[in-house]
Amino acid sequence: MRRLTPYLLALPSWMWLAIFLVVPLAAMASVSLQTGNVIDGFVMTFSFSNYGDALGTYSTQLVRSLGYGATATAAMLLIGYPVAYWIAFKGGNRKSVYLFLLLLPFFVSFVLRTISWGFLLADDGILLGTLKGWGVLSADFHVLATSFAVIAGLTYNWLPFMILPIYVSLERVDPRLVEAAQDLYASRGTAFRKVVLPLSLPGVFAGVLMTFVPATADPVNAQVLGGTGNTMIGNIIQTEYLVNNDYPTASALSFTLMAVLLVGIFVYARVLGTDNVLEAAAR
Amino acid sequence: MKHLHSPALVRGMTQPRTRRDVFRLAGLSAAGLALSACGVQGQKAEPPKADAVADYWAQQKQNNKVIFANWPEYMPEDHGPLKKFQQETGISYEYKEVINENTEFFGKADPVLRAGQPLGYDIVVMTNGIQLQHMFTLGYAVMLDQSKMPNFQANAGEAYKNRAYDPGNKYTMPFASGITGIAYNTKYVKDKITSIDALFDAKYEGRVGMMADAQEIANFGMIALGVDPETSTEDDWKKAGEKLKAQRDAGIVRKYYNQDYIDAVSRGDVWLTMAWSGDVFQRQLAGEPVAFVVPEEGGTIWTDNMLIPKGAANPVDAMMLMDYLYKPEIAAELDEYIQFVTPVPAVQDLLREKAESASGEDKKALLDMAESPLMFPTEADYAKLRSYTPLTTAKEQVFNPIFQSVTQA
Amino acid sequence: MRGARVRFGDRLLKAYTWLIILWLVAPIAVMIVFGFNDKQSKSNATWQGFTFKWYGELFAIPDLSGALINSLVIAAASTIITVVIGTMLGLALGRHRFRGQGATNFLVFAAISTPELVMGASLLSLFVSANVPRDRITITIAHVLFSLAFVTVTVRARVVTLDPSLEEAAKDLGAGPWATFRLVTLPSILPGVLAGAMLAFALSIDDYVVTSFVNGSTLTFPLWIIGSVKTGIPPQVNVMGTLIFGVGVLIAIINAVAARRRT
Repeated sequence: MRRLTPYLLALPSWMWLAIFLVVPLAAMASVSLQTGNVIDGFVMTFSFSNYGDALGTYSTQLVRSLGYGATATAAMLLIGYPVAYWIAFKGGNRKSVYLFLLLLPFFVSFVLRTISWGFLLADDGILLGTLKGWGVLSADFHVLATSFAVIAGLTYNWLPFMILPIYVSLERVDPRLVEAAQDLYASRGTAFRKVVLPLSLPGVFAGVLMTFVPATADPVNAQVLGGTGNTMIGNIIQTEYLVNNDYPTASALSFTLMAVLLVGIFVYARVLGTDNVLEAAAR
Repeated sequence: MKHLHSPALVRGMTQPRTRRDVFRLAGLSAAGLALSACGVQGQKAEPPKADAVADYWAQQKQNNKVIFANWPEYMPEDHGPLKKFQQETGISYEYKEVINENTEFFGKADPVLRAGQPLGYDIVVMTNGIQLQHMFTLGYAVMLDQSKMPNFQANAGEAYKNRAYDPGNKYTMPFASGITGIAYNTKYVKDKITSIDALFDAKYEGRVGMMADAQEIANFGMIALGVDPETSTEDDWKKAGEKLKAQRDAGIVRKYYNQDYIDAVSRGDVWLTMAWSGDVFQRQLAGEPVAFVVPEEGGTIWTDNMLIPKGAANPVDAMMLMDYLYKPEIAAELDEYIQFVTPVPAVQDLLREKAESASGEDKKALLDMAESPLMFPTEADYAKLRSYTPLTTAKEQVFNPIFQSVTQA
Repeated sequence: MRGARVRFGDRLLKAYTWLIILWLVAPIAVMIVFGFNDKQSKSNATWQGFTFKWYGELFAIPDLSGALINSLVIAAASTIITVVIGTMLGLALGRHRFRGQGATNFLVFAAISTPELVMGASLLSLFVSANVPRDRITITIAHVLFSLAFVTVTVRARVVTLDPSLEEAAKDLGAGPWATFRLVTLPSILPGVLAGAMLAFALSIDDYVVTSFVNGSTLTFPLWIIGSVKTGIPPQVNVMGTLIFGVGVLIAIINAVAARRRT
């Protein structure tokens, strides 16, 4: 019975993922090797060159997306860790209240959030306009339509997905352990580095996985907040699929993106010091 | 590649679910991967012969029910026109605001219609452009019964009876139109903009908005070069692409917009931008400092069209409703709410008459509408308006990359 | 002396946390304000005076009200399903060693990294091929699919920090597997489960791309709003957003008060 336990626990998810993810992904893999067009139909020609062509045309956008995704993830980690830390250790019995407040903005549609940011960050709006009025900023300064805006948007939109898992693993750490360590090492910094940080690494790993991957693939922020040279790979996939109806190229690009992300996670796991990537993913 | 010849097409229209589908389904559920083994089948449809169309319509009868899928905010909230239709004909309606984007709508409808299943709507509304063309080519649109559109014949403006993308109204009846021109913020732009060259003027570096849509931006690139998009060649596209690339690389363009350009121009993030007339009119009503101009070199007109998708359950009722919307008083009620360009010219006089008998705020609003060149373009405006480049699939594969490499760098 | 510095550091962190919360909530403030805008045309982008009328006409747009209800029902249903099966998977991956573990991890990763559009489009072809009508049920299925990995990963991050000896002890004391789970395992993983539930709910209620493919003719709140961008988002949308937010804040306050009572 005990040997069966993990299989029974995993069974419902397996079924869900097998039917609704594996079958469609297999179909997508097949489509990525087909040629044709939406009017005459697509036929399987094992056209592996779809991958080379797609990558050749859109390598700029792919590299840019990885850069934006990595930068935003680093920003989320730096911004989010102290928040998770404070809620976990000092949140008292209101921990869940704070977490809930962090997530609440995400219960109303991203369209409304985006429109509001446009209003707040307009070139002559209530923030920048005021600062320009005081002479702090030059008249041509703008935030919207820049790569900074895209990265900031990604950071904003996924921040709770970094904070929550870090919180979840930090919350487990006994504060008395930290106090004891502080007495032992006589410095908050050392205590943190030697005791708290290692214990929070599973949460950091989960947080990075849950933010880097979707942020890199995201099409919305580049479209809404970017300027002329900020197109991300998610936008390209969308255009290829919906506008050009070039399903093979869209599929090939998606698989390439997924493969690159997998490699990225692998390298990241190595840096974290875990040899086996799947082992790391399990943590 | 499989051609559906007309009898089969008619069957497809009348019996959305054939036995073939059942077999295919059984095969699929047995091995879900079959999906991946056989590619996506082609469905290019020959245009059905005239008698096939007549046969199709002969087999249809009125079901006293119609399901209308449209864009949000395209019908008064009280559903006035639809309620009147229901009272007069006894046909009950369901109205669904489910269409947000032509691309997305087509992306979603394509697999369903390809599998021979019904969409669940009797009328859908799509803008003229590549996706609408696909609907025709793939046989996804039911050919209209020309004998059942008396109001349309009597009341539609001439320009709406012969549109390049659907000559003779074989598949569609227009729902509303709009103009793509230039909007500018009068707080920042003191000159009176008249020429399309303003969009390419280095004076406005970083303050110009262009549209991200390949066809929209291509039109403006070509008009700026003095080329009529409707008759343009591959060579023209390349030149237009070059011109637009130069405009981008000179830092003149701030951003390629989808629909959010209107907020940007009314706030002053961009000072001038490609724009749709209806959006600008809304902002003028709200008292925002935006002006709209059809450039002297030309602008473009686009039209949202009603059509009956293949496999629709109630095509007769759909025809009746589509035609009913061309009664002048109904069209006026509709246009008073949606405030776009109506395909029924008589609406302008009806709005004027209504303004006569109204008073105060209402009177002013109605007069604003009736006299607005954005809702009722003048003859001179119409003369300057161009239509989209008609594209075959092969041409599209050349056309799109030229302009997407500009907008999606 | 050190105590004072520690307390100062804590206060600084507290202020910082509230600053981050404020940052996240900032756009919501704008949304709330424009729910009171006495706008004169369809556009609701510039301030034109204060009114309460949109609150009175909250349900004047039937499709919008229906869309909001759909969103809430789907978010609730998909959150419950995801939390149950995702927690089970998180436990299996974090606690046990079993054949297929690597492949399962890989799948979870693939689920997160599948671009939304691809997930939506491929689910649609699956449903069409199997002749499954698209409605609230297919939307819920899709939402469970993309939330599942997030819940699993979050729960797992908790499970791997736990000491398995507690459960062993419970079993040694004669507790059955269910009792062990209910009395020992569940309480200790609860923060992870709750965090996962909140993430799943947020993902579901805010989703646009995947939903737009598998919705058939069912509308959700984000779908309706996106459509109305073309002609101007009506203030009722802001009001509904405000009410969702208000109910959320109310729940938070009740929670905080209840927590104070307990101590």
